[in-house]
Amino acid sequence: MSTKQMRWWLLFLVGLAGMNAAVFGQPGQSQFVPVNELPAAEQLPAAPLLIAAYVFVWAAMLAYVWSLWRRLGKVERDISELSQLMSKRRA
Amino acid sequence: MMRKLFTPVLVVVAIVFVTAPIVIARAPFESTMGLVQKIFYYHMPAAMLMLLSAIFCGLVSTAFLATRRAAFDHLAVAAAELTVLYGAIAMVTGPLWARKAWGVWWVWDARLTISLLMWMIFVSYLLLRKYGGPGSEKLSAGLAVFGMANAPFVYISVNLWRTMHPKTSVVPSLPVDFALPLWWAFVGFLLLYVVLLTARARLETQRALVDHLYLDFDE
Repeated sequence: MSTKQMRWWLLFLVGLAGMNAAVFGQPGQSQFVPVNELPAAEQLPAAPLLIAAYVFVWAAMLAYVWSLWRRLGKVERDISELSQLMSKRRA
Repeated sequence: MMRKLFTPVLVVVAIVFVTAPIVIARAPFESTMGLVQKIFYYHMPAAMLMLLSAIFCGLVSTAFLATRRAAFDHLAVAAAELTVLYGAIAMVTGPLWARKAWGVWWVWDARLTISLLMWMIFVSYLLLRKYGGPGSEKLSAGLAVFGMANAPFVYISVNLWRTMHPKTSVVPSLPVDFALPLWWAFVGFLLLYVVLLTARARLETQRALVDHLYLDFDE
């Protein structure tokens, strides 16, 4: 690679870096804002997240217990029906 | 013996579960996370029991592969289902906490990614049992052993790799005010796990009996 080509490549890379900084660079923060002065739209309340978590835990547990109860009931019914059929056949 | 203990344990579980929110509400607020940190008291016991359940499932699956005793297989199915249940609780409560504490619902860091992978291994265990047909119990037992092998990595991942998730040193160093509601909730989750495991294993035993009765009836 000649010196002239190297200069052009160097210029190209510097230009690319500059463009990148101009497009994607964030302006530096000029001051810190206390949390109680944030606009309401930017605040994220914790209570709905906490309530959602607790509701999910209870709902998941109750749903599982109900599903287990139902499956156990069905299998117990199957056993008693089959036992009755078996005893009728033997008789 | 387990049948005799079932009802008293169920009563204790109900008492612990009903009182847990009161004990948690009385716990102090954490300095940087505030109210949302109280998700921790349900998230951590669920996540810990997911790991313990995965290890238990792997151990009884190994015992089943070695001895071919059906009782081990029934316990393994029960433990796999509970791993998925407790894992789902940890996977849902974690992002709800992270949204406020980290500003994002999810990050693909080591702890979260390995946990999700382990959870998916046990989901595939259940799918294999449901749709795999005859012989799937041996295949799924092998899968459970792989699932169990993940558990230690999930636990130590926060110490090995850079992650946003709190490290394992947080729980042993908790002040009493934080530790009491955590272990109260943990005991509730653990006792409930034992009750559900017993009931689910019984369901699997009863199903095997139904299959046996059908075969007898056909002959």
